[in-house]
Amino acid sequence: MTDETSKKPNSGVNRRAVLAGGTALTASLFLPKQLKAAEYPTAEINTTGLAVTDDTVTIGILHSITGTMAISETGSVQAEKLAIEQINAQGGILGRKIEYIQEDGGSDWPTFAEKAKKLLVNDKVASVMGCWTSASRKAVLPVFEQYNGFLYYPTFYEGLEQSPNVIYTGQEATQQIIAGLDWVAKEKGAKSFYLLGSDYIWPRTSNKIARKHIENYLDGAKVVGEEYYPLGHTQFNSVINKIRLKKPDVIYAIVVGGSNVAFYKQLKAAGIDMTKESPLVLTISVTEDEIRGIGGENIEGAYACMKYFQSLTNDNNEAFVKSFKEMWGDDMVIGDVTQAAYLGPWLWKAAVEKAGSFDVDKVRAATPGIELTSAPEGYVKVHDNHHLWSKTRVGLAKADGQYDVVFETADLVEPDPFPEGYQ
Amino acid sequence: MKANALFTRSEMIGFAILACVIFLLLPAVLDTFRLNLFGKYLTYSFVAIGLALCWGAGGILSLGQGVFFGLGGYCMAMFLKLEASTPENTAIQSTPGIPDFMDWNQLTALPWWWEPFHSLTFALFAVVAVPVVFAFIIGVAMFRRRVGGVYFAIITQAFAAILTILIIGQQGFTGGVNGITDLRTLLGWDIRTDEAKETLYYVNGILLFAVLFAAQFVRRSKLGRLLIAMRDQEDRVRFSGYDVASFKIFIFCLGAGFAGIGGAMFTLQVGFMSPTLVGIVPSIEMVIFCAVGGRLSILGAVYGALLVNWAKTTFSESFPELWLFGLGGLFIAVVMAFPNGLAGIWVEKIEPRLLKAFKKSPAPASPAQQSTPAE
Amino acid sequence: MFADYSMSELGAIFAMQGFAGLILFSVFVLMALGLAIIFGQMGVINMAHGEFMILGAYVTYLVSNFFAAYLPALFSAYFFLAMILAFIASGALGLFVEWAMIRHLYKRPLDTLLATWGLSLILQQLYRSIFGAREVGVSIPDWMMGSMPVTDLIEIPINGIFVMVLAVGISLAVYVMMFRSGWGKQVRAINQNRVMAGAVGINTEWTDRMTYGIGCGVAGVAGSAFTMIGSTGPTAGQLYIVDTFLVVVFGGAASLLGTIASAFSISQAQSIMEFFLSGSMAKVLTLLIIVGILMIRPQGLFAMKLRK
Repeated sequence: MTDETSKKPNSGVNRRAVLAGGTALTASLFLPKQLKAAEYPTAEINTTGLAVTDDTVTIGILHSITGTMAISETGSVQAEKLAIEQINAQGGILGRKIEYIQEDGGSDWPTFAEKAKKLLVNDKVASVMGCWTSASRKAVLPVFEQYNGFLYYPTFYEGLEQSPNVIYTGQEATQQIIAGLDWVAKEKGAKSFYLLGSDYIWPRTSNKIARKHIENYLDGAKVVGEEYYPLGHTQFNSVINKIRLKKPDVIYAIVVGGSNVAFYKQLKAAGIDMTKESPLVLTISVTEDEIRGIGGENIEGAYACMKYFQSLTNDNNEAFVKSFKEMWGDDMVIGDVTQAAYLGPWLWKAAVEKAGSFDVDKVRAATPGIELTSAPEGYVKVHDNHHLWSKTRVGLAKADGQYDVVFETADLVEPDPFPEGYQ
Repeated sequence: MKANALFTRSEMIGFAILACVIFLLLPAVLDTFRLNLFGKYLTYSFVAIGLALCWGAGGILSLGQGVFFGLGGYCMAMFLKLEASTPENTAIQSTPGIPDFMDWNQLTALPWWWEPFHSLTFALFAVVAVPVVFAFIIGVAMFRRRVGGVYFAIITQAFAAILTILIIGQQGFTGGVNGITDLRTLLGWDIRTDEAKETLYYVNGILLFAVLFAAQFVRRSKLGRLLIAMRDQEDRVRFSGYDVASFKIFIFCLGAGFAGIGGAMFTLQVGFMSPTLVGIVPSIEMVIFCAVGGRLSILGAVYGALLVNWAKTTFSESFPELWLFGLGGLFIAVVMAFPNGLAGIWVEKIEPRLLKAFKKSPAPASPAQQSTPAE
Repeated sequence: MFADYSMSELGAIFAMQGFAGLILFSVFVLMALGLAIIFGQMGVINMAHGEFMILGAYVTYLVSNFFAAYLPALFSAYFFLAMILAFIASGALGLFVEWAMIRHLYKRPLDTLLATWGLSLILQQLYRSIFGAREVGVSIPDWMMGSMPVTDLIEIPINGIFVMVLAVGISLAVYVMMFRSGWGKQVRAINQNRVMAGAVGINTEWTDRMTYGIGCGVAGVAGSAFTMIGSTGPTAGQLYIVDTFLVVVFGGAASLLGTIASAFSISQAQSIMEFFLSGSMAKVLTLLIIVGILMIRPQGLFAMKLRK
């Protein structure tokens, strides 16, 4: 088992009591203003017929809980439910408790579109927390734009998109990639890179940005190989041999899903010891969640570049990790996307309260500039382009399945979904 | 009952009931959202009808119908995508005027084989022609060499796998995993509005009946009887001097053409096309629609597609954590207990009783009672 | 692309690549043997094959947890017990499925496809309900995850050797069972003519059940072995099913030797092309070549002449 042994189980303690304690702690962090529903008559704060009553407001959760993507999306669902429970414990939004309707996208993009439409048209949900893959987001995007829904999308993704109906709580590609490459070039003196990915838009676009940055901005660095394997591919011995032949300083890996497990296990079995950093493995697709499947001992020594690691030491994060484990079990781990999903309901709450209304147009208008000082990753702010300002960090994978944070950008990185010079 | 008429009396009643269900009952009881969903389900029934002919009548089980469904859908999607990618709409791109996913993949000009899809006529032609040509190539290679049964099923499955990997791998030309998304208008007519969805539902229904009539015609023709003879005793038909392979190729191409139309209607109603509809899983599901409906019956195929998809939606909305149990159980139950599917239940259990009741009391059975197979 | 390298480097790389091809070959053999027994000998299309494999993987996961918790001293050897238990678990499930479902469908082979597809959906959801939707991490003993340096450049992964030895061992076991045992004779007799086999006193029901059970059991062992190289999750079985069917069909379904020959040719073709092309294109080309050959020789590489 790769479970963290450092955290002591709360055995013997009443779960409810712990939960209440945890929420109270978080509640104090989130500086609640107790808003009374009576101060906000339903007719005034909901002029477009959303599912808002005098006591409740309904939102949607739309993730895959069956099919191949359920592996990744489960954490997001859990984080969103945790955030909703915590918000409700504080008195809800504008005095109304959040209720949710959960739908299963089934890892199938047309199903995502169908369910999104059901949530917006039939259930009239006030907002939706959901989607994980780019393909599912692309499938629901026209639905959200047509019916003026509001989606909080948690995954780090390829950018090249900015919809008035989506808030992107994960990082877009340049935020995630550039700081990591600069770090590996400066701190580790990396000169040659082998780019590797699963064959779809996010790895391809990310590698495109990485290649431009390596070739144009890193002194004397070059890309010695770039390669893609079908999603679900399980045999990586050939590419490992090619990597041996090219002897790159860095393997830049954006492999996803079940392929991830196969890739790292085979890399280790082939005698490439990642702790020796020759070549150094830098990934942007392996969070703590994926390491559970890979096994910490098989990826020890690799570096990951993203905005959040479970091991971050700040009060917000410690409270978040604690309540997450209380709600979902001590053996849970939290990855970057899970944390980003957790931000969704909180960002929405902040925007609704700023707007004083659930109307999507008013919430949208209120959204840019929203700040969360209470985010587990630290301080975040919503940019005019609907992405978040956030710090980028580099973590070193340890055998226990956690990352040691070895680097973090000094300032928040500005989101730039349409980067000049990288297209 | 005349032997050569297009319909027997009970088939005539069956067609009439289905027409009532599709054109009267469903629009009356469903809101636009649900009606649109049923429109989507109906596009699968095009495939299921083709399968009822190939598999039920001809004994050819194809596990690659998703390929033809997908090809038809992609042809339609290419036209719609080009229409949506006007230079004004795509001004933000580095190369305005080409589809967005091409721009993301550093293509700077439209590939030559996309060019003809600027024309709706060509696209509509391609919706049927591309699947048929593809089926013809496969059919000639397979049936001329007398490949059949399980081998054929698995080879077609391999085609589904290949095409999926190819579409995903060539994302600069095809949109990759995402598929071709964000389709908006057909010759300036916004296909996303509720009115358009309703219109498309009826267009879909009319096309479905055209396909049903064609299928019925084939079944009642000499060709249909030969197909059944071939399914049961292929060698005897061959020894009687018939060119077995040609008949098989024809019916396989016909099924592919039907699937292509279904795919195009899917694209229009759902608003995008993606490789998840091409692969092995959807192809097997399409066979299951046909099996649930009763593989011998073209009407059963339509009900089968409606029932399975409706069950899928309902199960997954009510029991999102458990719905696969229900769906898996349904497949097993149909195969084990009702090998002839809904059509079998109708013919064996319901129709005889109705006829008995009909003979006792001359009052005609109301359509509401008879439409039970749809539920 | 080779201009910059010395001969010794190139030699080493080609040796390693050849070895990678052999590993892929062993993986294919392990995947396909169980299916070849069931599909080839019984004509049953087992779409739940991947799920039987994953059952073996989950058994391995449970055994590894058990050893880690209660017998840490013996942890380095748990894998052997896990494989035996995986065989028993998958085999037992196979026996049950044959009894409950498959035996009613022998006259309708295409229907077994639909029924086992339904079964695979149920099994996937069952795994998800029991083990959670996420992948589970199976800890492999350290000695199995290392590599053996042969020269400076050539390193042989130990799990690759393990998979190869296993593949050879299981192939031999299946060979002995099928061609050197009384039971194997009965299976082959039933395959050739069920009615006659029954008429001469072979208990066809029992033989069928054992055949199905053993096929599933072999799948379980394969799944157990694959925890070393792949992921263990509710849907991981789906990753293997297409390749598995292609290997079996390409080999000529009724022939175990054909299955091995086809596994060899497909794995070598794929691994050579993967070296010169991008992974996605190599996959597509491999599949196209297979389909092309199947069009010329639809009965597969090694076909048995059968009367209908």
